[in-house]
Amino acid sequence: MGNFFEKSDLSRNEAENIISDTLQKCDDGELYLENSKSESILLDDNKIKNSSYNSDLGFGFRAISGEIVAYSHSNEISKNSLKQSSENLKSTLKSAQGSYNHSIPKSNKKYYENINPIDQKTLNEKIKILNDVNNYIRSKNKNVKQVTANFLGEQKSIEIIRLGGETLSDVRPLIRFNVSVMLEKNGRKESGVYGIGGRQSYDSYLKEDNWKNVCDEALRIASVNLESKPAPAGEMKVVLGPGWPAILIHEAVGHGLEGDFNRKKTSAFYNLMGQKVASEGVTIVDDGTIDNRRGSLTIDDEGTPTEKTVLIENGILKNFMQDRMNARLMKTRSTGNGRRENYRHIVLPRMRNTMMLNGNHTQDEMIKSVDKGIFAVSFGGGQVDITSGKFVFNCTEAYEIINGKIGSPIKGATLIGDGPSILKEVSMVGNDMMLDPGIGTCGKAGQGVPVGVAQPSILINKMTVGGTKL
Amino acid sequence: MIKDQEYLSKKASYCLDLSKKLGATDASVVVRNSISETVNFRNQKLDESNRSDNLAIGITTYIGKKKSSISSSNLLSDNLNTLIEKCIETAKNTPADEFNSLPDKDLLAKEVKDLDLYDDTHIKNEDKIEYLKRLEVSASNNKKIVNTESSFTEDKSNFILANSDGFCEGYKDSSFIASSVTVAKDEKSMERDYEYSSKCHFKDIKDAEILGKLAADQTIRKLSPKKISSEKIALIFDKRIAKGILNTFASAISSSAISRGTSFLKDKINQKIFSDEINIFDKPDILKGLGSRNFDSEGVKTETLKLVDQGVLKHYLVDTYNGKKLSLKSNGRSGGTSNLYFNRGKVSFNDLLSSNSKCLYITETIGHGNNIVTGDYSVGATGFLVENGEFKYPINEITIAGNLNDMFQNITLADDLDFEYATNSPTMMIEGMVVAGK
Repeated sequence: MGNFFEKSDLSRNEAENIISDTLQKCDDGELYLENSKSESILLDDNKIKNSSYNSDLGFGFRAISGEIVAYSHSNEISKNSLKQSSENLKSTLKSAQGSYNHSIPKSNKKYYENINPIDQKTLNEKIKILNDVNNYIRSKNKNVKQVTANFLGEQKSIEIIRLGGETLSDVRPLIRFNVSVMLEKNGRKESGVYGIGGRQSYDSYLKEDNWKNVCDEALRIASVNLESKPAPAGEMKVVLGPGWPAILIHEAVGHGLEGDFNRKKTSAFYNLMGQKVASEGVTIVDDGTIDNRRGSLTIDDEGTPTEKTVLIENGILKNFMQDRMNARLMKTRSTGNGRRENYRHIVLPRMRNTMMLNGNHTQDEMIKSVDKGIFAVSFGGGQVDITSGKFVFNCTEAYEIINGKIGSPIKGATLIGDGPSILKEVSMVGNDMMLDPGIGTCGKAGQGVPVGVAQPSILINKMTVGGTKL
Repeated sequence: MIKDQEYLSKKASYCLDLSKKLGATDASVVVRNSISETVNFRNQKLDESNRSDNLAIGITTYIGKKKSSISSSNLLSDNLNTLIEKCIETAKNTPADEFNSLPDKDLLAKEVKDLDLYDDTHIKNEDKIEYLKRLEVSASNNKKIVNTESSFTEDKSNFILANSDGFCEGYKDSSFIASSVTVAKDEKSMERDYEYSSKCHFKDIKDAEILGKLAADQTIRKLSPKKISSEKIALIFDKRIAKGILNTFASAISSSAISRGTSFLKDKINQKIFSDEINIFDKPDILKGLGSRNFDSEGVKTETLKLVDQGVLKHYLVDTYNGKKLSLKSNGRSGGTSNLYFNRGKVSFNDLLSSNSKCLYITETIGHGNNIVTGDYSVGATGFLVENGEFKYPINEITIAGNLNDMFQNITLADDLDFEYATNSPTMMIEGMVVAGK
């Protein structure tokens, strides 16, 4: 259990009393306490540009009545501050007449260790690796004009106190290591980015010169882009590689299957439950239970243990992703998808590790079947308009396919598609499913949370490629 | 109540003193308190209330040319002491960088002008609710509107920026933001659009009924969109999208992108990057301006810059560190631009619309498809087909692409500039870009 009350004039007992006074006529709610520590060390332009450390402490107090959420947060854990928040919540929910839902599932499973990755490596060791990265990349290729590498490490301790004093807690480690390279050749500049990470110590990812693989990959992508030609414009077949390109799944259908948008009927999927929304053979799950993954959580930010939720099974829409509030209003159960960026934000249904499972085709088959199209291997970010269902993502490594063969690399282009129909255009699902390297952050309503994605290679019959070559 | 200047200054000098005592040769600190209250409505009913009270501190310590920084919202004094010790310890172990330093003393802001950025008005929740009710009634007027989500936020903040060269200044600012997102539906489609109004002063906020109606109208007209064929066609960017292109220009001339060599506008100073008629200003002292400021995030005074003069690039956005690297003086743009805008163009909005027999009017873009290293631009877009100056039908699921080098040279601006945002552009036409559709 955390020590949130150790240095405060507020005792745990007093906090519990304020919580019950505030929530007694509410349907749900909790006091969420958070203490996080994070570091960032950045090498850029041949130098250590930045070494910074952040320490964050605060609470968020939430009361829910019917469809109304009242929220108040502060970075001051004190009697005064919590009372003020309580008054604020009570004034919003004056007419609350509910009865508090005490039930919350329990589990003893843990998906990561209770460690502080920041302390597991000294600053000097981290600086040495960053300098080694810089020297390694610059010595490998004479066209390197810029190298940026950074470490991000974090430990977040949370505690949830519910009406009656029920307490749930979790300690979450998270690290990320990124390398970005810019090359210049004959006046042309191109860049390549790669990174790895998850909920383990730095050494789990970087030991035995593993960092060299990250450098090699960033350098390889930049080198490919240096030879790229303008991308085509228009509708064509698209083969997506395995792993990180699954952000297509995340954008195209993931967001549209979050409970809040469906309760509010603003998602293009809200009336499609039980219906066919994808080709046969397409199964998509959202899994919070994979050991040490970036998107995994032992409990979500409402205290619900996470699970592997089947969203689409063999083409049929099976489940939405739910937090407690949307689940209650939609008369179903929370799937453990209630998440928030930190104590400053309210809980929303959010993705964890969103994955399309294996089919039985090979990538080779897919490419051979395409007369004219593109093969997309790596992506930058993506975005979706939940309501119209239109989504985009940006290729950072892609090739043209001509007559069943991979051709020249093409410049970064945006691909655009329609979420509810894109999965019906999937005509082959590969047998080579891969998890992404552990670098994804998903944004929603101004909140960023770490997520993962996975998929095998897939062939999409028709998508619009946003190039410049007509 | 928001913390006053005296409280914030005390915290700031405590941190500066302790940093010096523990071995820092220089230090800077920023202490900021902000209190924000939001009420959200959905389908004409109260949906959410949110109150936030944040006090945060950021400290950078220097030991000679070595530097490290910390930030925290945990202001218990023993935590602060531990953090400052850690900061100094980290600085000691971080390699020196010859360009690390506080800003030159003679560039620091000497006076803090009253830019009228703070409105003390407190809008009670009941009054926020009353505003939102009127807004949502207006937004829900047409039966094609099936969902409305609106919010009203009141935000007050106060800060002190101080450094060990004696700089210690700060001021309060406020913002009032009303917004509405509406969803419309017909047999064929469901669409979403929005409108918002953000001002320093409450009385400048758009009228609730007008805001609601704008959001609804903008959504309804998007219903039953079509997808068009791929072609090269003139694009007209609505003001709310055109300002994004101006922001992309600003990130490409940031001294950090220039000094790192990662901008397509590197070495373009005194070169013509836009057509003759384009002038771009960054003016920090507009009264009640959403981007207005007296000094930048390092305390350096900010003055109006004409960034582009008749198409020619005149300035980068320079901070202390990158300025020293580029042998340029900071022009007070650490943290970016203030009130950035294009000059007014010469043609009316209607003349711009009818200058081509066929064009696309873009109202929204999605995706992060602008690459400031290469200038390549490719994003998803939504808008309308315009023929002979008339809006014909809505368009979606297309992308628009080009290269910013060419796009900048082919901009024509309308004469309808106003100051709704921190970055402002008149309606903008760009010719020669490629639309990918069917």
